Amino acid sequence: MNKLLKLSAVSLLTIGSFSVQASIFHSDTLEDVQAKGSLSCGVSTGTPGFSNPDSNGNWSGMDVDVCRAIAAATLGDARKVKYVPLSAKERFIALQSGEIDVLSRNTTWTATRDNSLGLNFAGVNYYDGQGFMVKKSLGVNSVNDLDGASFCIQAGTTTELNLADYFRSNKMSFKAVTYDTSAQTKGGFEADRCDALTSDVSQLAGLRSTLKDPSSAVVLGDVISKEPLGPVVRQGDDNWFNIVKWSLNAMIEAEELGITSATINDASTSPGVQRLQGKTGKLNEHLGLNKDWARNIIAQVGNYGESFERNIGMSTPIALPRGVNQLWIKGGILYSPAFR
Amino acid sequence: MFIKLKSLLYNNEVRAIAFQVLTVVFIAYFVYQAFDNMMLNIEQSGIRSGFGFLNDEAGFAVNDNFFLTYSPTSTNLQAFYVGIVNTLIVAITGIFFASVIGLVIGIARLSSNYLIRKMATVYIETFRNIPILLQILFWYSTALSVLPPTRNSMNFLDSVFLNSRGLFLPKFIVGTEFYLVLASFIIGIATYVFIKKRSTKKHDDTGIATNTIPHFLGLVVLLPIVAYFVFGAQLEYPALKGFNFQGGTDLSIEFFSLAFALSIYTATYIAEAIRSGIDSVDKGQKEAAAALGLKQGQAMRLVVLPQALRVAIPPIINQYLNLTKNSSLATAIGYSELVTIFSGTVLNVVGQAIEVIALTMLVYLTISLFISLVLNIFNKKMEIKGK
Repeated sequence: MNKLLKLSAVSLLTIGSFSVQASIFHSDTLEDVQAKGSLSCGVSTGTPGFSNPDSNGNWSGMDVDVCRAIAAATLGDARKVKYVPLSAKERFIALQSGEIDVLSRNTTWTATRDNSLGLNFAGVNYYDGQGFMVKKSLGVNSVNDLDGASFCIQAGTTTELNLADYFRSNKMSFKAVTYDTSAQTKGGFEADRCDALTSDVSQLAGLRSTLKDPSSAVVLGDVISKEPLGPVVRQGDDNWFNIVKWSLNAMIEAEELGITSATINDASTSPGVQRLQGKTGKLNEHLGLNKDWARNIIAQVGNYGESFERNIGMSTPIALPRGVNQLWIKGGILYSPAFR
Repeated sequence: MFIKLKSLLYNNEVRAIAFQVLTVVFIAYFVYQAFDNMMLNIEQSGIRSGFGFLNDEAGFAVNDNFFLTYSPTSTNLQAFYVGIVNTLIVAITGIFFASVIGLVIGIARLSSNYLIRKMATVYIETFRNIPILLQILFWYSTALSVLPPTRNSMNFLDSVFLNSRGLFLPKFIVGTEFYLVLASFIIGIATYVFIKKRSTKKHDDTGIATNTIPHFLGLVVLLPIVAYFVFGAQLEYPALKGFNFQGGTDLSIEFFSLAFALSIYTATYIAEAIRSGIDSVDKGQKEAAAALGLKQGQAMRLVVLPQALRVAIPPIINQYLNLTKNSSLATAIGYSELVTIFSGTVLNVVGQAIEVIALTMLVYLTISLFISLVLNIFNKKMEIKGK
């Protein structure tokens, strides 16, 4: 009922605010953010490594770093972010209705979402895929052994659709138990309500590490879908779209140039580094930002590699390898368009 | 002419009507304007609108499905229907059990037996004062941890199985034999109703009571069983194959937990309504019934309750409506009812919040108005006549 109330409240509020003949969609998000002095960023209700609050309410993670980068670029201070935790079901409505300025919440870039929701995906900050976690005691090695099994899934995700597609095309049957949040999904799996839990591979590692007995479950090697995750903005504000897109690109470019939060202020003769530092070039002008916008991102948030290692790298409990999320020059597919 | 118009302006009746018409026009204009703006804004922000999405492929699986055909290749409209049916089934189940428990507890609350009276009070005070969402989660996690896993299912005669995933039952294979059994069942009930009516009439006319329990057992219970064996109808039994039971039919543990929690919670309110109803019946009524030689049970059933229900029905209607609306809390435990399926998964896939939420609200409104209508008719029937 709570969710229903929230959703209907949003719809009603939207209807209500239309009563004066004017568009509620103010098309200059940058101006709004600078006037407010903070960025409203939609994040998850708790996904270890991507957007997760600690016991003091401080958010951290890959997706959170995108929020912080945008705040650093637009406000000069990565701390000026107001995090809005959203369930999978609520996220697009929150963005469409203007409650948040940007959505950075492990959201898969799909054609339908990009084309029919009035939204734009500004890039990819993590290339993911759907995988499976099963109880070790089942002795299952591959998803193809799971014919007739029950799966715990989180509602409102592409996971639900991929699972149905995969089992259909492989002529296998399955049962889906659909929960509202990731914590409930994990609870169902722990209580043996289902044989396997399916979600994005990046989340499985985090979920497994929070199980009561992590060694009782294994993550299978199979990946059944591609899930490019990235930040999302509303359509109709191209400048804001560009700011978000290039904030993310700046982090990737910085890693490629080999500059980190520690070395961003060092003197360099490399023209690429100087442009990123805002010393030369006019990359800021068309975005309507300060000259040092990219420098602020790197100094306060770090480059992509730093963010990755800090949040989900091998030194963290999540311990994800870089895999395809490696720079193109190192065999991955991360590739920032040219900064010039 | 002018004077005539002026007198019209000061005419009370004209004024009253004019102001009402003005109000209606104003509200209608406001609604129209709001709707127009909404459509304009949706169009401007590039969001798809309209109800075309209902014919798109749903693409996701649903756990609880009672008798509709549904698979991931079905349309969103079919998913919508599955959601409505699942909401209705859990609401009807909840309403039935809440009424039965409520009636028993309501009467027990006024029992002359100290222990029964106190136990009923403790039950009401406990379950009425804990939020329903917590109770749903509590019963769900209790069921999950108390019931055995699939491999160690409780087994009743190798045909009914209970485990932490649900209750697995045999199901009829639909065919000629099945319809013959169904027909004999319906005939049995119809004949019994006829016999019961005749015996009631006989009792009213002559005062001679007939015991109809043997008729009931013979016609409603024995006849279908005999028919089942005579016609040789086939049952499909659930059997453990791989990870789960295959074949037969099943009721998920989510359904049980939700129906149970809703019944237990709503029953407390119904019990209180019944108690206040019974309290409102004058003590003299009971004494008069006793003086006429009615036993205690008869006095309750024939004299007190009919009058008590008259008072109790309006608050009970409210509780039925609450129960139906509370069923949407199922989304917390993953029972696939309307909110979970339609304003959950479908909404997320198609992203058209206004249409999806509007349809969902329309369904709840329709169900609630329908329950009110039925019970108001019942209420009219129960009212004191001839005054």
